[in-house]
Amino acid sequence: MTSTRSRAPRPLAGGLLAGSGAAAATIGLLLAAAVLVPVLNLAVAADSPVHMPTWVVSLVGKYLTFALLALSVDLIWGFCGILSLGHGAFFALGGYAIGMHLMREIGGRGVYGNPLLPDFMVFLNWSELPWYWHGFDSFPFALLMVVLVPGLLAFVFGWFAFRSRVTGVYFSIISQALTFALMLAFFRNDMGFGGNNGLTDFKDVLGFDLQDDRTRAALFALTAVVLAAAYFCCRLIILSRLGKVLVAVRDAESRVRFLGYRVEYYKLFVFVFSAMLAGIAGALYVPQVGIINPSEFAPANSIEIVIWVAIGGRGTLHGAILGAILVNYLKTWFTGAIPELWLFALGGLFIAVTLLLPTGIVGLAEHLRRRRPPATGDETPHLARETAP
Amino acid sequence: MASVGTAPVSPRGPLVRPLVVAVLCLLLALLVVRPVGAQEAAADLDPLVRQLADRDFAAKITAVEALGATGDTRAVPVLDAMLTGRLAVRSADGRLVITESRGSVLLLTDPLSGAEVGEADKSAVDFIAVNNRLRGVLRGTLGGLTLLSPDAGRRREAADAVFRTRDSALLPLLERAAAREHDAGVKSRMDRALAALRALAAPDPAQRIAAVTALRNLADPEVRSLLATIAAADTDANVREAAATAQRHVEQRLALWGVLGNVFQGVSLGSVLLLAAVGLAITFGVMGVINMAHGEMVMLGAYTTYVVQDLFRTYAPGAFDFSVLVAIPSAFLVTALIGILIERSIIRFLYGRPLETLLATWGLSLVLQQAVRSIFGPSNREVGNPSWMSGALDLGVLTLTYNRIWIIVFSIAVFAALMLLIRASGFGLQMRAVTQNRRMAAAMGIRTGRVDALTFGLGSGIAGMAGVALSQIDNVSPNLGQSYIIDSFMVVVFGGVGNLWGTLVGALTLGLANKFLEPYAGAVLAKILILVAIILFIQKRPRGLFALRGRAVET
Repeated sequence: MTSTRSRAPRPLAGGLLAGSGAAAATIGLLLAAAVLVPVLNLAVAADSPVHMPTWVVSLVGKYLTFALLALSVDLIWGFCGILSLGHGAFFALGGYAIGMHLMREIGGRGVYGNPLLPDFMVFLNWSELPWYWHGFDSFPFALLMVVLVPGLLAFVFGWFAFRSRVTGVYFSIISQALTFALMLAFFRNDMGFGGNNGLTDFKDVLGFDLQDDRTRAALFALTAVVLAAAYFCCRLIILSRLGKVLVAVRDAESRVRFLGYRVEYYKLFVFVFSAMLAGIAGALYVPQVGIINPSEFAPANSIEIVIWVAIGGRGTLHGAILGAILVNYLKTWFTGAIPELWLFALGGLFIAVTLLLPTGIVGLAEHLRRRRPPATGDETPHLARETAP
Repeated sequence: MASVGTAPVSPRGPLVRPLVVAVLCLLLALLVVRPVGAQEAAADLDPLVRQLADRDFAAKITAVEALGATGDTRAVPVLDAMLTGRLAVRSADGRLVITESRGSVLLLTDPLSGAEVGEADKSAVDFIAVNNRLRGVLRGTLGGLTLLSPDAGRRREAADAVFRTRDSALLPLLERAAAREHDAGVKSRMDRALAALRALAAPDPAQRIAAVTALRNLADPEVRSLLATIAAADTDANVREAAATAQRHVEQRLALWGVLGNVFQGVSLGSVLLLAAVGLAITFGVMGVINMAHGEMVMLGAYTTYVVQDLFRTYAPGAFDFSVLVAIPSAFLVTALIGILIERSIIRFLYGRPLETLLATWGLSLVLQQAVRSIFGPSNREVGNPSWMSGALDLGVLTLTYNRIWIIVFSIAVFAALMLLIRASGFGLQMRAVTQNRRMAAAMGIRTGRVDALTFGLGSGIAGMAGVALSQIDNVSPNLGQSYIIDSFMVVVFGGVGNLWGTLVGALTLGLANKFLEPYAGAVLAKILILVAIILFIQKRPRGLFALRGRAVET
């Protein structure tokens, strides 16, 4: 430790043990939304003031997939201190996996009418399907790949990184390099993933028309339920003994290692789990927005995820969900109303949150609710210090 | 002539080459039997030109070749018109004319004198048909005739054209042209063509071997393929062997030039990376902070160059060549001041939290990008090269652009100055102390906060100077920094922290590796491979190539 400036301990906003109220509220809200939104969209007459147009359903559905992505980042960053600047890669890989299935399902209805090859392959004069496209005509196989591909990549990457004790900013930088390399690779036409344009023009999923209001509402409900389930799983992990070790790793990695824990296995587990969540988020995202292309791998996207988490409140799980929805709502609003100011706003948020609001909105709310200065010696784990430079 | 053949076949000794040249000169002198006699052949030209209108293609070819053999440059417009399909016969009187389109009618001129002979409708003339074989002959002959052109550039082109036709019928003409050529550059091209034609078609195998041997010192892909043809197809086994040897020799030379070219490209890229990364390395080394806004400092430096050049254009257009020299200190000052401002207003509140600093500086980079976009607009800004930075150094096979050369020099200068500052100045000593052990340095009375601020300013200032350099080779747009930031990170984590030599080695390694992979893998794949290699390398050396050792850097 060379740093003289480790900050005074601060309570973990929202608390792990005290936060069960927030947890119940989060799950309740999500499940309620899963029921209510489709009802407002489908069952309420279109001229009614409480009717929810389909584009709003899809927009909020997109926010929820981002929330799931933010949740996966919060799990590793907030509770294990692993700042991944490449989580967008796992999200995009999950999206590509489901996108490949949707492409195969178009079948002979593409522009070129080729029953086997997606349009872009016909356009590139390919005569047969690349080997890695086989199997994606099966929906269960595609679902398996949605978790398996990001999981495997995270396993290999994490295995090397954690075993060699690559930590802190070094880990952040190489995870950024990972997503950057993947972006360059997916931009290449001969990779067989549609190059620049990515995968798009999807028709239906499991026989349901993707443009149909009912399919959209169902996808929304599915996203909300999956998010609630993922949130529940993350809480289970956090509240278990495993979760306590993770927090300990975050706060004092060397000490945990000296106590005899194999730190790298804990990190590897939570990293792989988080990558799978990100992959699922990508798989839910693609059918709702109708396109996946290599710009999802852009390093800037991955950093943006981190700011969702930071704004909501790092290390709180429900804060990540809140932050993702809030920032993306702001983005929608800004890019509609005053697009030239959006980057100022986003950049300003990055700076303001790290400087003034290190515990995020949830932390601020908690602080205001308690109406007392942060206590020391609290039993909740602290976001004490990063590994020193 | 027998001695001509034996000398060049001997192994490549240092004395052989001048000998070959001398022998070749002798050969040329012997072969050039008669001086150029363009005028005396003038009378013969007319029947030959008329023969061009013959229906039989073989007869046409004979006529074209005969015209070429006269060496009379007056035949050039006729043959050129024939090649481009403008040669025709007037139906009314069977007169051969060159046609030129004038709106809806054709202007007719006499093929030899060039005098106008009237106008005609398109239907009133019969165009002379050419086929592919005839076109080939025409091109070669035209090349041969322009060998005698008074313009050196055209002679040079013609020599190359003749070299490419591999048509031995042009040999006598070429010999005549080479004998009276005074321009050394054109002469060497003619000698190349001469050797090529002789190597293909000289009747005596000894002559062919001599010619092949003369070709072997030319590092030229076309010579290589020519030699490959000879090595495969010549009737004489000795010639084949000589050609194969010469081919290997040419290939070796080509490979050497290729490597040199790659080295230059690699060092050039490496020097750009070094400029972009060295400031980052200092900040990271001293403060443990990855400054994500570093790329924007580079971008601001480039825009400073733009502003400085704009001022020069307005107030002192005559002194434009000095604008870059003024831009360097200006960019340093501007970005260093902004850097210190950033450090004092944001970063100093985030000490000990490197990951948060990373996020805050990322936010800052977004703000700076958008600010520049609002002020200067989203499109590229025009930054000019001063005259001493434009153009290129031509080394035969290799062309080195001056701006790249100057950037290499500049980055070496910046690196040396920085080394001096760190090794020899009081501030450098304090910086090294803080890098190695911040607490101990503070205990010894070093004001670490001040060192941090100045270090951040220094790193940003160097980034600004990198921006000046980049403005000379890249587009100046608000996204300029983004395209270099990841590469700069890679250099820093690869090279290791706290040691500038690491950054130097890292930058050069990445630059060279990139350029050496590119021919095999393509630019994008090369970059991907490098990224993957670095990711794997970090597993082996988590603190980079030149890591600081000891307790100070352990976490």
